[in-house]
Amino acid sequence: MNDSFKGGPLTRLIMNDQAGRRLLGVLLAISILVPLSNLLMPEGSILHVSTFTMTLLGKYLCYALLAVAVDLIWGYCGILSLGHGAFFALGGYAMGMYLMRQIGDRGVYANPELPDFMVFLNWTELPWYWYGFDQFWFAMVMVLAAPGILAFVFGALAFRSRVTGVYLSIITQALTYALLLAFFRNDMGFGGNNGLTDFKDILGFDLQADTTRAALFFSSGLALMMGYLISRYIVTSKLGRVLVAIRDSESRARFMGYRVEHYKLFVFVVSAMLAGVAGALYVPQVGIINPGEFSPINSIEIIIWVAVGGRGTLFGAVIGAILVNYAKTYFTGAFAELWLFLLGGLFVLTTLYLPKGVVGLWAQIKGKMGGPGSGSGSEKAEGQA
Amino acid sequence: MSIQAKHIEQPTVLYLNGVSVSFDGFKALNSLSLYIAPGEMRAIIGPNGAGKTTMMDVITGKTKPDEGTILFKDEIDLTKYDEAAVANLGVGRKFQKPSVIESLTVFENLEMSLKGGRSVWAALNHRLTAEKKAKIDEILTMIDMTGRAHDMAGSLSHGQKQWLEIGMLLGQEPQLLLIDEPAAGMTDEETMKTAELFKMLAKKHSLMVVEHDMDFIEALDCKVTVLCEGSVLAEGSLAAVKANQKVIETYLGR
Repeated sequence: MNDSFKGGPLTRLIMNDQAGRRLLGVLLAISILVPLSNLLMPEGSILHVSTFTMTLLGKYLCYALLAVAVDLIWGYCGILSLGHGAFFALGGYAMGMYLMRQIGDRGVYANPELPDFMVFLNWTELPWYWYGFDQFWFAMVMVLAAPGILAFVFGALAFRSRVTGVYLSIITQALTYALLLAFFRNDMGFGGNNGLTDFKDILGFDLQADTTRAALFFSSGLALMMGYLISRYIVTSKLGRVLVAIRDSESRARFMGYRVEHYKLFVFVVSAMLAGVAGALYVPQVGIINPGEFSPINSIEIIIWVAVGGRGTLFGAVIGAILVNYAKTYFTGAFAELWLFLLGGLFVLTTLYLPKGVVGLWAQIKGKMGGPGSGSGSEKAEGQA
Repeated sequence: MSIQAKHIEQPTVLYLNGVSVSFDGFKALNSLSLYIAPGEMRAIIGPNGAGKTTMMDVITGKTKPDEGTILFKDEIDLTKYDEAAVANLGVGRKFQKPSVIESLTVFENLEMSLKGGRSVWAALNHRLTAEKKAKIDEILTMIDMTGRAHDMAGSLSHGQKQWLEIGMLLGQEPQLLLIDEPAAGMTDEETMKTAELFKMLAKKHSLMVVEHDMDFIEALDCKVTVLCEGSVLAEGSLAAVKANQKVIETYLGR
């Protein structure tokens, strides 16, 4: 790892990260080619990607960003959050609120101010916390701020009290469950169990139009690449090594003089914001956000994506999220009732036989085929369980 | 708990007076008093459960004492600080079980230990300067690990991990080093090398070494404190302590 001592932050980001370079290359190609083929190729051509497929792939990209966010805290700092779906959902709700305000008087009740569900509840004015969401920039700030502030408050309390391991996992799970129940309530003002839906347009562009879908897809790809680079920047800095130290030996880090709670809090907030961005891009593509996104099961699924891909590598999280979600799409279509068993089985198998996930398996195969020397570029022992 | 004035005149780097800690009624430390002079090396021995580890916990802010005074460099009340703060004040601690960061390289372990830059922001913007690199190289030479700088710390032998951890303490540039059983699991040769290293360090730092290995303590050739049931049983040269009737009965004799 001699190279890590040379060069500035940018070379450190790109040049020393072979797997990441490949990943970014593939992502860039997908982000450009898929929308182009959708818009330019005639329907029926084998090179045409349907809008349905593009939207599906766009969803996967959002999930992949969410997985990167989880890998950043779990893989590198050992914080096993079983409630990260909450931050994803909050980002989604912030975007959803903007999209609701965009509907204007085109709703069923044609109220220019109030979203339909509020009219239905006989509300006469907009609750204060909906103010500002008619502005795109404000909604985008909230996409970062809502998950970020929640993560900050929650993290400050939990990490200062030195809640770790299984106990932390349980309270993160409780957090998302509490939000699930809260958002189900109609008087919370977020649409109750129906959530927010029937969106019309974003920034004036029709959400049903292929061009808008293509732009959203491209944005998702871009967000994933940015999220990967931000995370990569963090984990390759000395901060990243402190995170690994906290993961491997928290007390050692403390006695070395590092304020463990500050480091955990920082990375937890960054991760929550990345999750929020993923949620915000997800919502306009699927067209709905409801309290179901807070469901604890969702958060556990994210952990499975990361575990299957290989934790502590970042690009493994991307691969895991896409693989598992592709499998989910396939199996819930072909053998719906089997999917949950398969997902559970996958997690057990990964834990038992693939502690470093698909990425670790790949490195192993490559190592066996090419002899001991060829594995040199693989991410040292970062992926250690 | 009020800070009591020191009741001895000479300067100390570490001053413990009447320190008591109990866990569920069990007195782990019982009015322990102990003074370490600047530049002094002190060996601590005692049977299991004598309170050696608790003493280190109290000094380093991991455990708060029920009563008593703990002063660092005659004026800093250590009981007010937590682990990270105590470390940054200049107290380094080595654990009994070697605790290096196994999934980082030897070099990275040392780099992280270097004094300064403890804030999140500093860590994010950290650059390896020539000065820092020289410091790391110096420590590598001192702990005899130059050739292994870029190996994973997890791949080191037990004795080497102990050495790396000592090296990491040096990187922190502490004035006081608390070292828990450094010779555990080392070969005889490594043990003697460690003793030599400590003697060299004692010129610039103050050291408190907890150890069971009598040969090692003999090699350190320093004042010895015997702890028993949470307080000092005897203090003096190794020979004097060994001849002490109480020590023979409670510790050495068995």
